[in-house]
Amino acid sequence: MRHKKKGNHLSRTTSHKKALMRNMVAQIIEHKEIKTTIAKAKELRGYVERLVTYGKKGTLHHRRLAFKFLQNKEAVKGLFDEVAPTFETREGGYTRIIKLGNRRGDGAPMSVLQLVGFEKSASKSKPKTPKKDKKKADKDESAGVAESVEETAMEEKSVEKPAEDKKEEVKDLKAEEIVEEKPEPEAEVAEEKTTESDKEKDDPKA
Amino acid sequence: MANPKRKISRSKRDKRRSQWFASMQAPQLSKCDHCGEMKLPHRTCPNCGYYKGRNIFIPKSA
Repeated sequence: MRHKKKGNHLSRTTSHKKALMRNMVAQIIEHKEIKTTIAKAKELRGYVERLVTYGKKGTLHHRRLAFKFLQNKEAVKGLFDEVAPTFETREGGYTRIIKLGNRRGDGAPMSVLQLVGFEKSASKSKPKTPKKDKKKADKDESAGVAESVEETAMEEKSVEKPAEDKKEEVKDLKAEEIVEEKPEPEAEVAEEKTTESDKEKDDPKA
Repeated sequence: MANPKRKISRSKRDKRRSQWFASMQAPQLSKCDHCGEMKLPHRTCPNCGYYKGRNIFIPKSA
């Protein structure tokens, strides 16, 4: 019988599993999304949701309850001051699990666990691909035009200071990209709200 | 001694064995909404890193 056998122990002792969950929740509060196996993500989901609820209540008592689990001041601070306020209007379903396919090496099914509403476009670390531009173009023309203007501006800048230290230039470009990226996810979110709600329905089943 | 009451019919036996062959089949694939490549259903496309219109990761080859 499955009585009182809820959850997945992930082949660990209780203390080991607790430590794993503690670390992963702290990481997801810091980075907003983590890549892990599907089994771990599904187990972690419950812990994250519980802590976000603590964060939304926001009392000293709940802060202490959160610290009792996390044992990490930065994580508690991030949870209460950064993460929880954005979920004020959302009642549950603070996380999203997206499947990635199987890991090379051991074939473990991998996934990304995200905090809903904190999605960052993955292109921060790399220059834009032609594919992405194509998508933008057929998505919405005005945004595409603004994008291209900014891009040309970027190109000019890089032309202006070719003699300068390369490291500095890279930093500049990154900063610019981040600024550039910011308006874009909002548009995407607006467009994809319908799909988002669909997905959340799918999530618990997944 | 415990013994089977009846002989297993050819039909029953073959139905059982057919399941093993079914498990050997190649997985069903679906088309990626974003790039059109074939991918595993309900998973992020390994070719373009998109899932349901959302960019999940940047593929290494891009």
